Amino acid sequence: MTTATIDASPAFFSSPQDVVDRLGEVGYLASPATATAVYLASVLGKPLLAEGPAGVGKTELAKAVAKVAGAELVRLQCYEGLDEARALYEWNYRKQLLRIQAAPDGQEWDATHDDIFTDEFLLTRPLLTAIRREDPTVLLIDEADKTDVEVEGLLLEVLSDFQVTIPELGTVKAARRPFVLLTSNATRELSEALKRRCLYLHLDYPSTEREKEIVRSQVPGVEDALAEQVVRVVATLRDLDVKKAPSIAETIDWARTLLALGRTDLDEATISETLGVVLKHATDHERARRELSLPDAAE
Amino acid sequence: MALLDRHLGFVTALREAGLLVSVSESLDAVSAVGHIDLAERETLREAYAATLVKRQQHRDAFDTIFDIYFPTAVGDGLAHQLAAEDAEDDDGADGAITEAGDEAPAPGLADAWQQPVDANALRDFREELSDALLAGDETDLGALVQEAVARFGQIQGRRPGSVPGQQSWSRLNVMQRVQPQTLMSGLLAAMLGVGQDRDGLAEQVARTTLRARIARFERMVDAEVRRRVAEELGEERIARSAVRPPLERIDFLSANKDDLAALRREIYPLSRRLATRLVQEQRHGRSGQLDFRRTIRESMQTGGVPMMTMHKPRRPHRTDLVLLCDVSGSVRQFAQFTILLMFALKEQFGRVRAFAFVDDIDEVTDYLQPGQGIGESVMQLTQQARVTWVTGRTHYGRAFEKFVERYPDAVGPKTSLLVLGDARSNYGYLSEEVLAGLADEARHAYWLNPERENLWGTGDSAAFTYRRIVPMVEVRNLSQLSEFVHDLA
Repeated sequence: MTTATIDASPAFFSSPQDVVDRLGEVGYLASPATATAVYLASVLGKPLLAEGPAGVGKTELAKAVAKVAGAELVRLQCYEGLDEARALYEWNYRKQLLRIQAAPDGQEWDATHDDIFTDEFLLTRPLLTAIRREDPTVLLIDEADKTDVEVEGLLLEVLSDFQVTIPELGTVKAARRPFVLLTSNATRELSEALKRRCLYLHLDYPSTEREKEIVRSQVPGVEDALAEQVVRVVATLRDLDVKKAPSIAETIDWARTLLALGRTDLDEATISETLGVVLKHATDHERARRELSLPDAAE
Repeated sequence: MALLDRHLGFVTALREAGLLVSVSESLDAVSAVGHIDLAERETLREAYAATLVKRQQHRDAFDTIFDIYFPTAVGDGLAHQLAAEDAEDDDGADGAITEAGDEAPAPGLADAWQQPVDANALRDFREELSDALLAGDETDLGALVQEAVARFGQIQGRRPGSVPGQQSWSRLNVMQRVQPQTLMSGLLAAMLGVGQDRDGLAEQVARTTLRARIARFERMVDAEVRRRVAEELGEERIARSAVRPPLERIDFLSANKDDLAALRREIYPLSRRLATRLVQEQRHGRSGQLDFRRTIRESMQTGGVPMMTMHKPRRPHRTDLVLLCDVSGSVRQFAQFTILLMFALKEQFGRVRAFAFVDDIDEVTDYLQPGQGIGESVMQLTQQARVTWVTGRTHYGRAFEKFVERYPDAVGPKTSLLVLGDARSNYGYLSEEVLAGLADEARHAYWLNPERENLWGTGDSAAFTYRRIVPMVEVRNLSQLSEFVHDLA
């Protein structure tokens, strides 16, 4: 952990190479593009938008950064219908109501009013939590493309100034800027305004060499040759234009499965038996069987 | 200062190529570059990419321009030394370089165009290339690319404003002489080992790997040729001609094979949205009817005061989607796209019925089974579906009539109707009233027209007639398609 002064950007890293080395220590093998983008996000204090297909390690990246920086991960999971009350803050009105009912007789309304709009009755949601924290923080805004346009506007406001105005309490300004990572599966195009404020990183399936390294680091005990075979076959499957291309996690699962079954060689029969680990749709299975001329699974 | 100028030139070139680079992003890029080691070219590339490129579709254009503005080497680079050893077709002088053109040279210079290349040198080179492709080593490949362009890529030709007899570099020359694609079978044999079973999984896997590497080699040759030409001509000129328009602006009617493949990947998410948009009941408020029981239960938390009303979830609305697609020759390219879109919609959305027509109409829903190869389906569709009647020329009027006659129950009050075609009906009758009847019956009706709007109504186009009945949208490229989908909400 570097010594970031208060209010400064969270300079977690000293160079792109430093990013590669330190993320590597916690088991995240970053590509040069990823390392550069993460490094720049940390020195420039800008949010980083990571876009790419499901299962290429976008969320893992945030976790890994939080781990190496010794920061806490605050996660905002986006979904359709997410609103300010879930993303930013909300007043705990039930507690407020109790407080009003329990107010001693004769207490002035003004006093009660001042009483119930205090920190005690404030429910902070991820965005506000991340801004108010004084320790190093990684804010993960997951699947930002799932939100509605209004929430995007809210994010815009929060991410450009790192401050939030609560009418009853005043403006809360970030004590130190969190490291912000937004992820998106690109199911819809995020607004230009939001993109302009972020650094952009496209994460794609890794090269076979990198994926092999990932498999070897995640699955101890796997033979080099087997790892090689697994990643090559997975690359071929991704090339087939299947409905749901195998993610990195599925590649790892596959390697683990093969290891557990005690296989050392990935031949047609083995693939056919274990195809369910990487392909999750019946139609994908059919396609893979046909294109790779695999034998039918002996059920 | 020189660096700043280069930065500004680079940003201008990006803007000309269709990337939306704002001033603030350009400033971000400058401060980003200040934080990195400029000697690391790939880091510089990624730093620029992170700050300036906010859409993956623009990445290819970005990389092309980056290679032009921030070249890997100057002059002959490493290849020069190698070529000097041979000293055969190296005439010593570097000469001026003209823009690489794949077009035929000026008359009189025809022999110079196909300079003889030493057959032995070529064979040796192809062997080296095979080894490098087999090993998959990037640095080796990079050196070979430089060598290939220096040795096999030269042409002598004349372009306006250049001195006759100047040297130039051409990608076509390299590819014609080196022919990397023909190395495939040798490479496959080497990778699989002799006597191996030549089809099935192992081959498929090896083929995928090799194909990717050969494509990589070809891309590197492209970049190298551009770099050498840019050195002489100046970056602006070459940047302008080297970059293809980004995918979302490529006209469906002029898309080539690669574009179509890329379009296909892009269409899937769009179709999902299109499908959901068409089905979505407008959501006023959060939910449906008041749920009295839950409201009272919830009110227990607030001492019996019902502070929040609870509602029953709305019943999801089911909508059928009916697609009517013109698959005639005049819109062949668009038809490919139409079929892609039909496919994508079918996968996303179970309740789709698709009909294809030229001058007759047939239901093609069954040909669009998910999981089936798109190529096969198209083949089946064109061979088996009865979409042509006599002339084989588009006849919208007849197609609509036959549609209503044969499938009277296809369109109902829950149906969204989507017509895809250019509305060019070869002067046949139009059956407006039939379409109007369909549009009335359906919940929504839209017409997507792949033709430029200012051509509508010209010649045999009945776009204006049909537009009065069904809202018609110009959808010539991906960005227009996504706009349409966006506006549906």
